[in-house]
Amino acid sequence: MMKKELGLFVLLIVVSAITGVLNPAFLSSVNLLNMANLIGLFGVFAIGEGLVIITGGIDLSVGSMFALLGVVFVDLLTKYEVPWPLALLLVIVGGLILGAVQAFLITRMKMQPFVVTLCGLLIYRGAARYYTTDTTRGFGYGDEADTLSDIASGHIAGIPNTFIFLIVLALVMGVVLHRSVYGRWLYAVGKNEEAARFSGIRTGAVVATAYIISGGLAGISTVLLVFYTNSVSPSSFGNFYELYAIAAAVLGGCSLRGGEGSIVGIVLGTALLQVLQNLVNILGIPSSLNFAVMGTVILLGVLADQQLQARRRIAAAAAGSARAAAASAVARGEQRA
Amino acid sequence: MADDILELSGITKTYPGVTALDNVGLRLGRGEVLGLIGENGAGKSTMMKILGGVTAPSAGTIRIDGEAHASLTVAAATRAGIAFVHQELNLFENLDVAANVFIGREAVVGGPLKLVDNAALRARVAPLLTRLGADFTPETLVENLSIAQRQMVEIAKALSINARVIIMDEPTSSLTLTETERLLQVIADLKAHGISVIYITHRLGEIMTCADRVVVLRDGHTVGELAREQLSHAVMIRLMIGRDLKSLYIPPRQAPRAGGCDIVDLVTTAFPDRAITLSVRHGEILGLAGLVGAGRTSLARAMFGIDRVLGGEIRLDGKPVRVANPRDAIRQGIYLIPEDRKKSGLVLELPIRQNVTLASLLGYAKLWLLDRAAEEKTARAQAISLSIKAPNVDTAAITLSGGNQQKVVLAKWLSMQPRVLIFDEPTRGIDVGAKAEIYALMRGLADRGVAIVMISSDMEEVIGVSDRVAVMHEGRISGVLEREQFSEFNVLRLAIGQTPEPAEVAA
Repeated sequence: MMKKELGLFVLLIVVSAITGVLNPAFLSSVNLLNMANLIGLFGVFAIGEGLVIITGGIDLSVGSMFALLGVVFVDLLTKYEVPWPLALLLVIVGGLILGAVQAFLITRMKMQPFVVTLCGLLIYRGAARYYTTDTTRGFGYGDEADTLSDIASGHIAGIPNTFIFLIVLALVMGVVLHRSVYGRWLYAVGKNEEAARFSGIRTGAVVATAYIISGGLAGISTVLLVFYTNSVSPSSFGNFYELYAIAAAVLGGCSLRGGEGSIVGIVLGTALLQVLQNLVNILGIPSSLNFAVMGTVILLGVLADQQLQARRRIAAAAAGSARAAAASAVARGEQRA
Repeated sequence: MADDILELSGITKTYPGVTALDNVGLRLGRGEVLGLIGENGAGKSTMMKILGGVTAPSAGTIRIDGEAHASLTVAAATRAGIAFVHQELNLFENLDVAANVFIGREAVVGGPLKLVDNAALRARVAPLLTRLGADFTPETLVENLSIAQRQMVEIAKALSINARVIIMDEPTSSLTLTETERLLQVIADLKAHGISVIYITHRLGEIMTCADRVVVLRDGHTVGELAREQLSHAVMIRLMIGRDLKSLYIPPRQAPRAGGCDIVDLVTTAFPDRAITLSVRHGEILGLAGLVGAGRTSLARAMFGIDRVLGGEIRLDGKPVRVANPRDAIRQGIYLIPEDRKKSGLVLELPIRQNVTLASLLGYAKLWLLDRAAEEKTARAQAISLSIKAPNVDTAAITLSGGNQQKVVLAKWLSMQPRVLIFDEPTRGIDVGAKAEIYALMRGLADRGVAIVMISSDMEEVIGVSDRVAVMHEGRISGVLEREQFSEFNVLRLAIGQTPEPAEVAA
């Protein structure tokens, strides 16, 4: 299972090395730290998205959550002068609640995740724009949240706090996903919801938790993103970010059918996406090609991965342990082909 | 023989590291029903793939109407009139019967527009359905059909291409007794029309009824060919497994103990106007027979908390227990080995170890963190005690044979504390040797005091394994038979809602 992640890591290194050779500015510490910051920002909610994708679902609403929670967050600090720890807490709770509402609709009302979160995407964006009458919210000249701003956009020993936060989060979530009972349930539910239910697992609760975690991480990301941009324009803030998260998860080895993926993969996927974006800038490729480059790399990555997997399956079948088992595995391979 | 429609000789098929077929011969006469039997992995499926043109043999010749071929393609097989009725049906549920029969060969109208001429399709399918005695029309949506009816659609499809050879792979594994009988009649009718049938099954009783000749495969070799008059269960089983199978029934070591599971006036969602009352004692195997759709699986699902219970109660050792979901059932020690192990019993892609511990994970965790060594230990112990054949417990369940997969499902529950075990079709698609092992395991569990309910549509199994048999008919228990009353006849009578006394039919 780690082969996939290793492959991605090698790809990341190779792409970085080539870019570095073509333009040494890529490897300058300013550029690297800037990238690390972006990886931190995007990685946090990509992990949430990854959990949802492992359940076999999808969360299209995170980008709009940033806009809605973002304008609320700025207003809490500037207009209502709420102390920053409380504002931070409220925004995270807000994310958790939005996630919980979506989870309720998906697991209890049996609605499709795509539909629920697509409507979430539309509703939250609309709500943010209506609430602000489409005006940008920002921090004036006041010092409403200097402390929090310092935490969110600062750095320790030169390393951006966002990146450090992502690493800590990845470690925690890595343990949760790969070592805990919950993680095992999540994979089991993602692979075969029915068999999991027949084993007494509360599959609805397991799936719901993934959406709630995704919402909570979206809340945290909102705060980090607000301090990155310092203002929130409700019609564009976080636009398309859910797609970055989905792309990172898929690139990192998550299958949209559920049951597959790892935290390391998701983080590496996020990193590769940011490197690609950076590479477009730094190599002087027209920035209009940005999305096209990203799309091409994801397409090739997933294609290569599938080919390799198919080859491994055949090799495994050939090595076949028991005669009967091997014969039937080959038969299955043929049916798929 | 001049009359042979199909003749295979010297067929060998090797996969890397495996010889699936080794110098196998097979011939099929016109209008002949050939039974093809063998344990799983004996090479039956490979043989059928070669006949269907899906796989090319490594060596050997295929002779159709005397004309030799080294291998077939799917198109060539179809042209030669070879059609399949698969174990897993390949139909489009969202389309109607006529569209399914003519899928890919639709009659078109409207010139270049190529619109499907539904009326023509239906008109062409109707006579085929009449010929098969089907109780549905060409306009019926396949999703509204039972499995038996869908099989008729597949057979109609075969007839529509003027098939001369129909290969049926485990056609009755999901059929009820009457549906099976109906299918056997259809086979007799096909035969009368000069169509040959290759009939693959694990159910030897059906072979006895319909086959003109039987070929037995074992480990990729033909180990025997029996003419109709040579057929007997004992001979077929001996050839398939290469040894005598002990009689199915293993008597309990002691009489059933007091206590057990009582179902009192239980009402399931499948039959909201019927109440079920049934008891199973600790230490006994209660067979639950009946037609598919009689409510046996609904009862199992209600007992296990999958389906809502509309009324009545379940008592364990006299105490009413609340079973609102599988978690409740599992907490009470009521476990279900479901009918469809691939869909409901296992997470196929996960290793044996993770499947075994799936239902009791919290028992392997401290502070929600898993202790893999403990999991491994339990899985190993279960793999040894159930003799699961796999390289190690980290082998994915998907690579195991049906029998071993079923053992993994069992291992999941046996690693916990079963009080009531419900087996739903425990040996479907499992080969004879593994079946015997599963029966022995069931008896061992009963002797340890577990109350066992075994739902089965396999008559040999119901009669051969159970201590008592309860029969269901349209949502209620139509009768309970003690061992001395066991007979295929009595079970059948109850299954169709009559009394077991052989009143008028006996003579």
